[in-house]
Amino acid sequence: MRLRALLTLHACVAVLACEKKVESPAPAPAPAAPQAPTAAAPSAKDVILLGEIGSLTGAQATFGVSTKQGVEMAVSEANASGGIKGRKVAVQVYDDQGKPEEAANAATRLIAQDHVAVILGEVASTNSLAMAPKAQSAHVPMISPSSTNPKVTEVGDYIFRVCFIDPFQGFVMAKFAHENLKVSKAAVLKDQKSDYSQGLTDVFTRKFTEMGGTIVGVEAYAQGDTDFRAQLTAIKKAKPDAIYIPGYYTDVGIIARQASELGLKATLLGGDGWESDKLFELGGKAVEGSYYTNHYSPEDPAPQVQQFIASYKKMFGAVPDSLAALGYDAARVAMDGMKRASEPTGASLRDALAQTKDFPGAAGTISLDGARNAVKPAVVLQVQGGKTKFVTTISP
Amino acid sequence: MADFVQHLINGLAAGTIYALVALGYTMVYGVLQLINFAHGDVMMVGTFMGYAVAKSLKLDLHPSLWGVLLVFGVSMGGCAVIGFLIERFAYRPLREKPRLTALITAIGISFLLSYGFQLDFGFLPGASPHAFPEIIEPAEWLPLFGGEVVIRNTQVISFLIALLLMVGLQYLVFRTRFGTAMRAVSFDHRVAGLMGIPTDRIIAGTFMLGSALAAGAGILYAIKDTAVQPLMGLYVGLKAFVAAVIGGIGHVPGAVAGALLLGLVEEFVVGYTASTWRDAVAFGFLIIVLLVRPQGLFGRMTPEKV
Repeated sequence: MRLRALLTLHACVAVLACEKKVESPAPAPAPAAPQAPTAAAPSAKDVILLGEIGSLTGAQATFGVSTKQGVEMAVSEANASGGIKGRKVAVQVYDDQGKPEEAANAATRLIAQDHVAVILGEVASTNSLAMAPKAQSAHVPMISPSSTNPKVTEVGDYIFRVCFIDPFQGFVMAKFAHENLKVSKAAVLKDQKSDYSQGLTDVFTRKFTEMGGTIVGVEAYAQGDTDFRAQLTAIKKAKPDAIYIPGYYTDVGIIARQASELGLKATLLGGDGWESDKLFELGGKAVEGSYYTNHYSPEDPAPQVQQFIASYKKMFGAVPDSLAALGYDAARVAMDGMKRASEPTGASLRDALAQTKDFPGAAGTISLDGARNAVKPAVVLQVQGGKTKFVTTISP
Repeated sequence: MADFVQHLINGLAAGTIYALVALGYTMVYGVLQLINFAHGDVMMVGTFMGYAVAKSLKLDLHPSLWGVLLVFGVSMGGCAVIGFLIERFAYRPLREKPRLTALITAIGISFLLSYGFQLDFGFLPGASPHAFPEIIEPAEWLPLFGGEVVIRNTQVISFLIALLLMVGLQYLVFRTRFGTAMRAVSFDHRVAGLMGIPTDRIIAGTFMLGSALAAGAGILYAIKDTAVQPLMGLYVGLKAFVAAVIGGIGHVPGAVAGALLLGLVEEFVVGYTASTWRDAVAFGFLIIVLLVRPQGLFGRMTPEKV
C-alpha cells in the first residue's frame, strides 16, 4: 500500500514538473479577463483567447520570458484601446521547458482544451517544428515570433513567422565577415542537436565559400555540454581569423571563455541566439569585440521602435531584447489579422494573416511573402563593454 | 605535437571531474547496490550553495584562501545534511522493498531537485544559468611548447584533489572501523545488523560522505566550466555513472580510472575524428566494456546465488 502511495506521489511530481501551467490573464485595466470555467456562456463569446508556448524554465528560459512579456504588452495595449471588434483578448501560456515533446503536448492542449484562436510560439526552431504539425492539422494558425529555420513554415499554410529566416541570417554574417571584417579563413562551431544551428551553419558555409573565403574547420558540440576545449583545440590548430558560433547564449558564453583561455585570438561571430544579458555574465571579457546578427537594436532611432521601448520600460522596468520585440510583433500581427478577418479563427484568419503587408513592427517593417516568412532587414551588433552596439543594417 | 599534449591535458581535466562525481556513485553502490540517480543533482545543489557563499563574500573581487575553504566547507557540509535527509526519508523506508523501488525513487528525487531548483522564488536560483565567480584566480602553469599548450592552476589542483580523495576513500574503506562496517553492510546488511553493526547509521554515513564528495566535485566543476544551472547534474551525473560502470561499479580506484579513460576517449574522438561522434563513441565504449567485461575493467565478478 505504502509503495503505491509513494509511486502515485512520484507520478504527481512528474506531472507537475512537466505541465507547469502559467496563466496570464492579460493585465487589462477593464473587466478582469474571465478565465474560470464556471462563468460559462458570456465569457467564451466576449473573449478571444490567444495561446502561447514558450520556454519559461529550462536552459533558454530568458527566451520564453522575454517573448511572454512582449505578448503580454501587445495584448494589454489592444485591450486598453477597446479590444478586437469589441471583444477582449486574453492569453493562455504554457511552459515547454525548452523541450520539443513538451511543446507538442502544449500545442495539443491549447487546441483541444482551450480552443485558442491562434498559437504564438516557439522561439527555438526545434520546438516550433514539434508544434507546427499539430496546429496545421487542426487548422489553427500559428505564428512563430522568432524561429528562423526555414522548415518551420514549410509545414503548412497555417504556419507563419514574423522574423527573417536562417538563409538570410547566415548570408548577412557571411557578407559582413567577408566585406566589413575582411576575414579570409573562418571556422564553424555548431550545435549538432539544434535545427537552428545546423541551418545557419549550412548557409554561412556555402555563402562564405562562394564569396571567396575558406572554411578551415567545422566542429560540433551537443546542447548541455560545458567543456568545449576539445573542439576549440582542434580549431586553434587550423588558425582561423574568425569562428562562427551559431548557438545559444548559454553555450556561447562558456565557449568564448574557454577559447580565450586556450589562447585563441580569432573574432567570434554569431546569430540571434546570442541575444541575452546572460551572454555577458557567462562570457565576461571573452565575448568583447564579437559580432552577431539580430532582428532589432534598441539603438534604432525609428519612432515605432523608440515608442515600443518606452512603453516596455514602463511596464517591465527593463530595456526589451529582440525576443520581447518579436513576441510583441507576433501578437500584434495576429490581432491585426483578426481585425481584418471576417471570423477571428481558422481559415479566414489564415487568409487575413497571409495578406499582412508593410506592418510597422517594433523589430522592423513586416511583409509576409508567399512562403509565410517575413521579409525584413537584419542588424549586426558588436559586444562592447558588456552591452551591444549597433554596427550596421543589412537589407535582403 | 602541441595540440596532442593540449588534448591530453583537456581530457585529463574533463576526466577529473567525472572521477570526483563517479566516486560518490561507486561508494553508495558499493554499500547498498543502489544506483543513486539523485547524486548528480545533489552535486548541483552543493554547487549552488557554494555559489551563494562565494557571491555573498564577493570572492571574485577579493579572492582569499579562507573564503575558498569556506565555500567548500559550507557546500560540503550542507550537502552532507541533504544526503542524510534524502537517505532518511526517501530510501530508508524502502530498505526492505525490491531494489527497483529504490531506483525509481532515486529518479524521482533527481527530478524533484533539478526541476524544483528551476522555480524562481526565495533562495531558489531559477532556470537560467549563472556564472560561477572565479574564486580561484585563474593562472597558467607550466607553459609548454612556447606557451602553445595551456595548463591551468585549477586543472592541476582538481586533479590532485581527485587522486587524494581516491587514496583517502580507499584508506577509509579498507583501513578504518567505519570502512570495515561499510563492507560488512555491503556484504549482507541483515547479518551485519545481527552482528551488532548499526546498519542505519553506517548507511546514513555513507550517504553523507557521498553527498559531501558530490558538492566538492560540483564546485571544482563550476570553477572549471563557469556555468551553473539546475540541470547541470543530469548530464555530468550520467557521464560519471558511465565512468563508474566502465571502471567497475563499487570499485574506488576503478571509478577514477574509468573516468579518466572516458575523459580522454571523448577528447581524442573530438580532436582527431568528427566531433559529432563523441557521445556515440563514449557510449559505444561502455557497451563494449559491458559485453567483454560485464563487471567493469577493475571490478570483481561475484557469482549470483539463485
